[in-house]
Amino acid sequence: MTSSIFGKKISRRSTLKGLGAAATGIVAGPGFVRYAQAQSSAPIKIGFQAHRTGIGAAYGRWYEKTTNAAIKAINDAGGINGRMVEVIVEDDGTDPGRGAEIVGKFATQYKVDVAYGTLFSHVVIGSAPVAGEMKLPYFVVSEGHHVASTKLNRYVFQPGITDVKSQIQAMAPWISAYAGKKVTQIFPDFAFGYDHRDYLPPALKAQGADVIAQIAIPPTESSFTKYFPQIPADTDVIYHVMVGPAVLTFVKELGEFYGGSGPKLFGFIDSLEAVDINSPGLEFLNGSHFWEGAPRYAQDNDTDAMKAYRAAVGIDENGASVDDPKDVSTAAHMFGCWETLYVIKKAMENADYKGPEDRGKLVEATEALTEFAEGPEHPQGPKTFNGKIHQCFGIQNISVVEDGKLKVVHKTTIEDGLYEPEGDYTTQPL
Amino acid sequence: MAFGPHLILATLEGLVTSAVLALMALGLSLVFGVMRVVNVAHGEFYMLGAVLAWAIASAFGGHPSIGFLAALVISPLIVGGVALVADRLVLKRLDYNPEATIVATIGLLYILQQVALTFYGPEARPVQAPFTYRVSLPWFGYSGYKLAVIGASILLLLATWFVLSRTRIGMIMRATQYDSETAQAFGIPVGRVYTGVFAVGAMLAAVAAVLIVPISQAHYLMGRDPLLLSFIVVIIGGLGSLRGTVVAALLIGVSDGIISVFFSPTLAKIIATFVVAMVLVFRPQGLFGTAAR
Repeated sequence: MTSSIFGKKISRRSTLKGLGAAATGIVAGPGFVRYAQAQSSAPIKIGFQAHRTGIGAAYGRWYEKTTNAAIKAINDAGGINGRMVEVIVEDDGTDPGRGAEIVGKFATQYKVDVAYGTLFSHVVIGSAPVAGEMKLPYFVVSEGHHVASTKLNRYVFQPGITDVKSQIQAMAPWISAYAGKKVTQIFPDFAFGYDHRDYLPPALKAQGADVIAQIAIPPTESSFTKYFPQIPADTDVIYHVMVGPAVLTFVKELGEFYGGSGPKLFGFIDSLEAVDINSPGLEFLNGSHFWEGAPRYAQDNDTDAMKAYRAAVGIDENGASVDDPKDVSTAAHMFGCWETLYVIKKAMENADYKGPEDRGKLVEATEALTEFAEGPEHPQGPKTFNGKIHQCFGIQNISVVEDGKLKVVHKTTIEDGLYEPEGDYTTQPL
Repeated sequence: MAFGPHLILATLEGLVTSAVLALMALGLSLVFGVMRVVNVAHGEFYMLGAVLAWAIASAFGGHPSIGFLAALVISPLIVGGVALVADRLVLKRLDYNPEATIVATIGLLYILQQVALTFYGPEARPVQAPFTYRVSLPWFGYSGYKLAVIGASILLLLATWFVLSRTRIGMIMRATQYDSETAQAFGIPVGRVYTGVFAVGAMLAAVAAVLIVPISQAHYLMGRDPLLLSFIVVIIGGLGSLRGTVVAALLIGVSDGIISVFFSPTLAKIIATFVVAMVLVFRPQGLFGTAAR
C-alpha cells in the first residue's frame, strides 16, 4: 500500500523506517537519559531560568557564576541526599513570554526536580502560573514583593533574598532621620518599580517623611535628562532605583544635571549594579548612600563565611571578578542564588526527596522552614522564613560612597523589616 | 523649575536627539532614494558602529579622546565595509527587488544582532567621552559633550549636502536616483553607485552611533528604537528627500524633547506615530517628497 503526499510516493517501508528513527531520536533526547540504578544515583536536576540576554544580562551572568560556585560547593560536600546536583540552564532573554515557555520546558521536557534562579519581576510573574500548573516548585531570587504578596501560587518561593516591601520598611527610619523628609522617587516603570512606588510612601509616612513626587522611567530608556525637571525644587533627597542596560547613563546624567549641589541621593545599588562606581562622570556620588543586599566591597568586619563565599564565587575586594577587575559583579543580589540553593538542599533533605513524585512533600518541607542561621550556607546574614507567604526576611545594608568605595554605615535588623502577612499559601491545595 | 529654563533644557535634549536622528535617517533616506531599498538592517549598522567604537576605544590607551577619535574614523569604515559586502553578496543578487530586499535586510538585521551578541556579549558597555565638561547654567547643568554632538552633526550634515549637490560624485548619485536606466545609458556605473550608496548609508548610521555612544552605551539591542524613529523621520520628510529628512529630524527630535520634558516620553512617541499616520493619509509622499512617477 502506498500513499501520496504532494505527488511524492511514500511506501510503507520508508514510513516505518522514519517512525523508527524518530522514536530512537525521542528516546535519546533530553529527559530520556536512563540510569542503571534509576533514581538512586541519577543527579538531582535544577532548571535554572537565566537572564543570559536581554535587559537583565549583567545580573544573569553573575547569577550563573554564583550558581555554579554554589553547586560546586554542594557537590564537593556530597550533593543532596547523596545525589549529585546538575544544573540545566536556559536563557529566557529577560522576557516573560519566553520565561513561561522555559518553565514549561523544564517541567515536561527536562523533567527537572525544581526550577530556580529568576530575577526580573515581570519574568517571575509571567512564569509563576506555569510552575503552578505543572506543580513544579519554583525558587526565585527576585527581590520583588510578588511572592510575599501571596498573589502567585503555592509552588513559588523566595527563600534567599528579602522582598522590596520589607527592605523599604527596614530602611525608611534611616532615610527619614539622616537623608531628609521630602523625598522624590525615581523608579523603573514595571512590576519591580511598582513595589517601590507602592511601599515607600506608607513606610516614610510612618516616619514623618513624605514622598513629594514619583517619576516612572521605562527600563529600556536610554536618555534620562528629560525626566529630571519633574524633580521638585524643594526635594531633600532623591530616592532612585533603576535597572536595565542604561543605568550608568542614568546616574551620569543625574550628575550632569545637579553637579555637586543637588538634593541628597539615596539609591538602590540596582542603579549601579555591575557598574564601576569609579567610572568617569560619577565623582559626584561621593558621600551619597546606597542600599546593598550584600556589600559589594569587602568590609573590615566580614565574617569568615562571607570571605569564603566571595572567594568561591571569584570576586575580589572591590566586588569585581578576580580575572578581570573591570568586570564588576552584582554582589548586592547574587548572594541570593547561593543561599536559595542551600535552602533547596535543606528542604530536599528534610523531605527525604526522591524524585518528581515528591514535589508536594518538598513544598511542605520548604514551608516548614523557619530560620536560616548565618554561616557558610547563608553568608549574607541570618534570616527568618515565613512558610505562609514563602518569603525570607534578612538584614539590609546602607552604604556610603567614600574614597571610591562603598562602606557599610548602617545595618537594619530582621525585625525592622517584618510586616503583617497579606495571605497564606498553605491553604491552597497542592 | 521655571518655564524658561525648563524650555531651554527641553530644546537642548531635543536638539541632541535631532542631531543623531538626522544623520541616521539621512543614511536610510539616501539608500531608499537612490536604490529604492528599504533597509530594515539600518539600525543594526548603527548598533555595529557603537559596538566597534567600544572595541576600538578600549584598544587605545592614553587620553580618552585618542580612542574616541580613532573610533570616529575606523568604526564607520569597518561598518561601511560590512555594508559593501552585504550589498555584493545579498542585495545585488536579488537585483535590488524592493520586496526581496526587505526580507533580506530583515535577515541581515538578525545576523548582525546575533553576531554582536555572540562576540560582544549582552552587556551595555560605556565609551569614555573625549572630554568631560559640565556647562553649568544658573538653573541646571548640561553635558558639554552633548553640545559638541550637535555641532559635529551639523558639520557632517553640511558635508553630506556639499558632496551631494556640489561634487561630481553627488551628481552621479542624483542622476541614478532620478532615473537609473537613463543614467546607465549615459555610462554611469549604476551597480557601483548602488554599492557605494549602501556603504555610505551604513557609515552615516555608524557615525551617529559613535557620537552617541559616550552618552548612552553600546548594547546589542540598541538599534531598534533609532530604526523606528528613522523610519518615522523618513516617512514624514519624504523618502529620498534629504532636505525633508533633516527638517523632519528636527521636528521629531525637538518636539520629542519638549513633549517628553513637559508631559511624558510616552506621549511624545504616541504623537510622533500619529503624525506619521496622518502624513501617510494626507500626503503619502511626505512633506518634501515628490509623488512617485
